[in-house]
Amino acid sequence: MNTSDKRELICISCPLGCQLSVDVSDGKPVSVSGNQCKRGIVYAESEILNPRRILTTTIRIKGGVVSQLPVRTKEPISKDLMMQAMRELRKYEVNAPVELGEVIVSDLLGTGVDVIASRTVVKAE
Amino acid sequence: MTASVQERDLVVIGGGPAGLAAALAAKEDGIDDVLIIERSDELGGILNQCIHNGFGIHLFEKELTGPEYAERFIKDVMKEQIECLTGTVVTGLSREREITAVGQESGLLKIKAKAVVLAMGCRERTRSAIHIPGDRPAGVFTAGTIQQLINLDGYLPGKTVVILGSGDIGLIMARRLTLEGVKVQGVVEIMSYPGGLNRNIAQCLNDFGIPLYLSHTVVEIRGKERVEGVVVAPVDSRRVPILDRSFYVPCDTIVLSVGLIPENELSRMADVRLSSTTSGAYVDENLQTSVDGIFACGNVLHVHDVVDFVTRESWRAGKNAARFIKSGLPQCGIAVKPGKNVRYVVPHMVSGEQDVEFFLRASRPMGRSVLSIQPGLREVRQRIVKPSEMISVTLSADVIAKAKSSGEIRFELDERGTGQ
Repeated sequence: MNTSDKRELICISCPLGCQLSVDVSDGKPVSVSGNQCKRGIVYAESEILNPRRILTTTIRIKGGVVSQLPVRTKEPISKDLMMQAMRELRKYEVNAPVELGEVIVSDLLGTGVDVIASRTVVKAE
Repeated sequence: MTASVQERDLVVIGGGPAGLAAALAAKEDGIDDVLIIERSDELGGILNQCIHNGFGIHLFEKELTGPEYAERFIKDVMKEQIECLTGTVVTGLSREREITAVGQESGLLKIKAKAVVLAMGCRERTRSAIHIPGDRPAGVFTAGTIQQLINLDGYLPGKTVVILGSGDIGLIMARRLTLEGVKVQGVVEIMSYPGGLNRNIAQCLNDFGIPLYLSHTVVEIRGKERVEGVVVAPVDSRRVPILDRSFYVPCDTIVLSVGLIPENELSRMADVRLSSTTSGAYVDENLQTSVDGIFACGNVLHVHDVVDFVTRESWRAGKNAARFIKSGLPQCGIAVKPGKNVRYVVPHMVSGEQDVEFFLRASRPMGRSVLSIQPGLREVRQRIVKPSEMISVTLSADVIAKAKSSGEIRFELDERGTGQ
């Protein structure tokens, strides 16, 4: 059956937060309006087909100047995996020192996406 | 106890994004003697606890997390060998740019600076600033405190949360708490529109099905030792609660995200003139305050919604502080005023001798609008206008110079087609 409808989205690509209107046919985005830049189109298409987000959280770190290491997925992962990813990341603990961008967990939940450190943590003196 | 007075060229008070950018800019313009004084043990300011992404889109065309954004600037400050005193609190500042500071390692310091950049940032409004009646149990936090507890200290504040106020930090914490397994019952906002950015409504609330109660407020906090729940009521058009339509929401924690106030205690000590609208200093196009040689930038000047703008503004403050030290700054004789539907415009004075980037905020949400800059200097179309989204406009020197005769530039917003 052919189904078409209009989906209203708020673009999260930047702080402007454009109100997007997407024509969807058979679950696929056909056209996007309301965007002020190309990122809006990319976001709308991905949001209809497979909504994805960058996940940011913290992991315990030992022997560093701080006790929590901020981490992020290097690329966005499927929105549906957020809670599962959080449960997985809770298992990890790392030791200082850690460099910004260092891979902390590779291939998170088989997504092919790595989790990286989002700051440098030097050893505590 | 006495301390001998050190002479310094430039002292930057605060080592967050504003202070880091200002220090780097001054150094780039040939001021070698720059000192950053930072209260906490690390540079980076509030960015260290803002572990979410979304920083740097304007400046780096990349979505960085707060710590990633900060580290770029901290590394540059290290590379430029700019001196930083961390764990040191500035306790006094005079019109003559004499600074008193104290720190566990640095001891008591007296510094006389040729120029000072104020970059102390802002702090959160608290429960007492918004007058919520009810008991006084434990479990009422500001959003920034929650953010610090979770992201820096590794503690969860409670199990069931109601968030009052829809500022960006509150929205971000709604998501963060949910990811950590805390039940967020809802976000309650007294205004008819959200205080935070659209994208945060989308990715922090809608993504997780967290309800947003617009035109509602908390009318009572219940609980003896610990918060047990809140009474929420809708408000009428004058923001008066309609009590017979109130309802009870159980929770053990209340998170307040009800606005930020520039932290200007030091500015007051130095007799810096402050605006009652922004709670920040009056500044000219050079970001110089009413006191010669004292500059202000970032959230201590006015609360920004995007750190990229803080960096850009502070970069200019640093450049101009350097110019002040080397050759002095020109007078600014044209007053900048907010007109219809505009809450404030920064800077407040301009010269017409150089290009200026203006930052302004609307006083109410509006649809398709025109920003007109009087007297007849320019019109800029706006697709949508929200008080939560700062507008930036750059005018060139020759355009600004046209206002020399009238001595005033006025910014006005009109909804297109309605004349409202």
